[in-house]
Amino acid sequence: MHGDPVLTLMIFIPLVGMAVVLALPSRAHDAIRWTSTLFSAPPLLLAVRVLHGFRPDAGFQLVHRGPWIDAFDIEYFVGVDGISITMVVLTALLCFLCMIASFGIEKGVKGYYALFLLLETGMLGVFCALDFFLFFVFWEVMLLPMYFLIGIWGGPRREYAAIKFFLYTLLGSVLMLVTILYLYFASDPHSFDMTQLSRTAHVTINVQLLLWLALFIGFAIKIPAFPFHTWLPDAHVEAPTAISVILAGVLLKMGTYGILRINYGILPAATLAPAWHGRSLAFWLLAALGTFNIVYGALAAMAQTDLKKLVAYSSISHMGYVMLGMAAFTPQGINGAVLQMFNHGTVTAMLFLLVGVIYDRAHHRDIAGFGGLASIMPVYTGVTGLAFFAAMGLPGLSAFISEALVLLGAWQNYPLLTVIGASAVVLTAGYLLWTLQRMFLGKPNEKYLTLPEINARELFTLVPLGAIVIFLGIYPTPILDLQSPALVRLNDHVTQAAARTAGTERVAVAR
Amino acid sequence: MGTTESLAYFHPELALAAAILAVIFVDLALTGRAGRQASEWPGNLALAGVGAALVLTRGLRPLDVRGAWLFNGMIVLDAFSVFFKVLLGLALLAVVWMSLSSREIRAQPNEGEYYALLLSSGLGMFLMASAGTLLMAYLSLEFVSLTSYVLTGFLRHNRRSGEAALKYLIYGGVASGAMIYGMSWVFGLTGAMDYAGIARGVAALDPASRGALFLALVLVLAGFGYKIASVPFHMWAPDVYTGAPIPVTAFLAVGSKAAGFALLLRFFHFGVGHEGPAPAVAQVPIPQLASIICVATMTLGNLAALSQTNMKRLLAYSSIAHAGYALLGFVVFADKGVEALLFYLVAYYLMNLGAFWVVMLIANATGREDLDGYRGLAWRGGAAPALALGVFLFSLAGLPPLAGFVGKFNVFAAGVQAQLYVLVVIGLLNSVISLYYYARVVKTMFLDDPTADDPALRFGANELGPVGVLSLATLVLGVNFNWLLRWVEVAGRVFTG
Repeated sequence: MHGDPVLTLMIFIPLVGMAVVLALPSRAHDAIRWTSTLFSAPPLLLAVRVLHGFRPDAGFQLVHRGPWIDAFDIEYFVGVDGISITMVVLTALLCFLCMIASFGIEKGVKGYYALFLLLETGMLGVFCALDFFLFFVFWEVMLLPMYFLIGIWGGPRREYAAIKFFLYTLLGSVLMLVTILYLYFASDPHSFDMTQLSRTAHVTINVQLLLWLALFIGFAIKIPAFPFHTWLPDAHVEAPTAISVILAGVLLKMGTYGILRINYGILPAATLAPAWHGRSLAFWLLAALGTFNIVYGALAAMAQTDLKKLVAYSSISHMGYVMLGMAAFTPQGINGAVLQMFNHGTVTAMLFLLVGVIYDRAHHRDIAGFGGLASIMPVYTGVTGLAFFAAMGLPGLSAFISEALVLLGAWQNYPLLTVIGASAVVLTAGYLLWTLQRMFLGKPNEKYLTLPEINARELFTLVPLGAIVIFLGIYPTPILDLQSPALVRLNDHVTQAAARTAGTERVAVAR
Repeated sequence: MGTTESLAYFHPELALAAAILAVIFVDLALTGRAGRQASEWPGNLALAGVGAALVLTRGLRPLDVRGAWLFNGMIVLDAFSVFFKVLLGLALLAVVWMSLSSREIRAQPNEGEYYALLLSSGLGMFLMASAGTLLMAYLSLEFVSLTSYVLTGFLRHNRRSGEAALKYLIYGGVASGAMIYGMSWVFGLTGAMDYAGIARGVAALDPASRGALFLALVLVLAGFGYKIASVPFHMWAPDVYTGAPIPVTAFLAVGSKAAGFALLLRFFHFGVGHEGPAPAVAQVPIPQLASIICVATMTLGNLAALSQTNMKRLLAYSSIAHAGYALLGFVVFADKGVEALLFYLVAYYLMNLGAFWVVMLIANATGREDLDGYRGLAWRGGAAPALALGVFLFSLAGLPPLAGFVGKFNVFAAGVQAQLYVLVVIGLLNSVISLYYYARVVKTMFLDDPTADDPALRFGANELGPVGVLSLATLVLGVNFNWLLRWVEVAGRVFTG
């Protein structure tokens, strides 16, 4: 093992926390809650430290690697670059806040927190892993705690939602496993090194397209892209609040992160090579499906009567922008996409936390069942307003910057899709404003006149996110500076590979 | 090597034989006394005998890579047979241990017989793993079968147990009849009983006889397929697994299957040179046939398991499916195939034995083997066994970082390397299907709330100890499997080197 162990520490401290939590007596609820929160703080502090010393131009850094399984050249290999750093910070932040947001859990507290800490290890591992095998292991390690967290602590249809989530994701990951194995045996020397595979793996373009597709399905299930999205409304609605936040805030990003890191990074030639009707896979699967996601998610959200389901569908819609930006593959587009990953993480986390706040008080989430909440819970209304306006993409708030960048970038390559995607902003404003009106304005519902205002603990989980949303809306440069150089490198990598493939094909035709 | 000389390399088997005799005599000495209480003696003696056999196995050093031929060529001692002796010895040890704490076995008046039969079956498996001729292969396989029939029917007053034994016997009779008929064809075609002679005979075979050889091999495969419970010779497994006492079920699932694979690999490699030394056999489509069996076995096993509500039956179908995954290693055979198969058997040993062990603990405590008996197990005092069973089942489903995942990873890696993409994809999709029924059990234990009728349970540390060790081993093997890869490489070199 050599290199800087800071990421390793960050990944495994929650695992240590899990062991400690398991050793505590089951009845010591408060001790378990505080211990877990305590163990989710170091990853956040370490993430801030990593952020502080991060050099955007340097590529992969804070690398920590060493041999693991010699016979297969599997390494323990972690590191961060401009693409993963924001995700690592987001994960550590949301996990810390969600530990606090979970204080209301009363059933099986020990199991809940132990699984949550295991989940955090898995998530941080996925974003840091640079060995494909290690990546896969972390990817799967995440599944189990998620299954139990939804299945035990979820809503009425939790069992169905949990197994659906589990099966969908596993289906995606077995496709990934085939690809991993294929790339391993196609590379010379055999390796699982994600940073080298695009150079060392010798794969013909047709096979690359096939592998790209297999990987894409795996990641699309996570995003979730239409038509693989049906697990999401179930899982998000049934999951307990904090877990919905993690699902929407972090897990969805793994899909798009995986596409950037693996589909783009390891199979660059297949990304932009013409695949069908002269258009690339990136076009068909990311741009077209992304636009569809935007419109479909917004329309579906509009039809919901359950507030949580509405937020869940709005996630599908917002992840569509990420896909569109990635497909555009212009500097603005891709920067916007990665920024949108972060922004959606913070905004949607706020939304789910806010849904949790009202659900804890009213014990239902039926939008039509509320009314005039603004006069009963003014602070809550204010924060919700901020989150809703951010989700709407109002200028001055973070999501505006990223969505604008995505549309700006996409315009250059896909004008028609961009127009459709941009028009959907109207739909988004429509369902969010309509919801605001129905829940917060009008005549207060007699039943809820005595609802208590949002409390300090709940505010504590929301304020940091709100601050980030406002700050990045006004001044997004720090985060753009972090990610841009890495994205420029990725852009060059992919376009050059695509050009090379096109070149060889032309040569082949000329002969 | 002559008989007297060979004995020096036959210590584990001798120790087992001595333990069998000791158990029988002690049992005899104890019977006939008035008001005889159930005795710990036979079980403990059996445990000591297996332990001694395992220790003695450590002392075996194969003379070279090609191995030593004991008893005038009847028995082979090489790294491959040592591997299986260790694996089978461990299986036997675990099963004896299980039996010692099984309520089904402890209640019986004829416990001594049980241990004598169990050890005999184990001895037969040792011989199966090292058979060097068709004669030895057949005799050892029959020996294992006969003792297994009796073990399955050990619960004399239980109708299911008797029914299972009868079914096992009838299917076994047919399969072994087909096998010995096939063996007679092989002998007729090649004029030899020992594998090397058969290989020479096959190489010299006139092309016109290839059809006959293929038919003979298919018949032989019937016998082996019956032992590993692969389609279409799997029909006995669900009934037998359900009817037999749980430790016997575990032994059949783990030991019998492993021994069957040992026989299969050795016969098809040295005998007819599937990817082996006799190239003439290349036109006999054994790999193609094996891949069909492989796909059918895993798919049928998994699909049938989906609707099971009895834990033993569910695990029976799951074990059929796992035979299918392991067969993928046989289809690949060369390169990493054998190694992956051996690796898989070790992972399978840990997780399947562990699963049966938990099933036994629950049956001891509640007398129930159906899935409803597991409802809310984690919330009524059974958190530890539920957790352990969860580990075993997710390992069986092939989720990292558990042993079952690395087992599958190895098998599928071997498949990809041999470019058997279709088989690999089918195998992987199968593991997604399998997750559904494994997760259903986990769901019942953790996600369902217990009803008022479900009794609260308590488990002692001595009951949970072995299960804890097995689940920890499942986890550790999933994270660090360097050592096992090296070990299976040594064992597999017998074929590839």
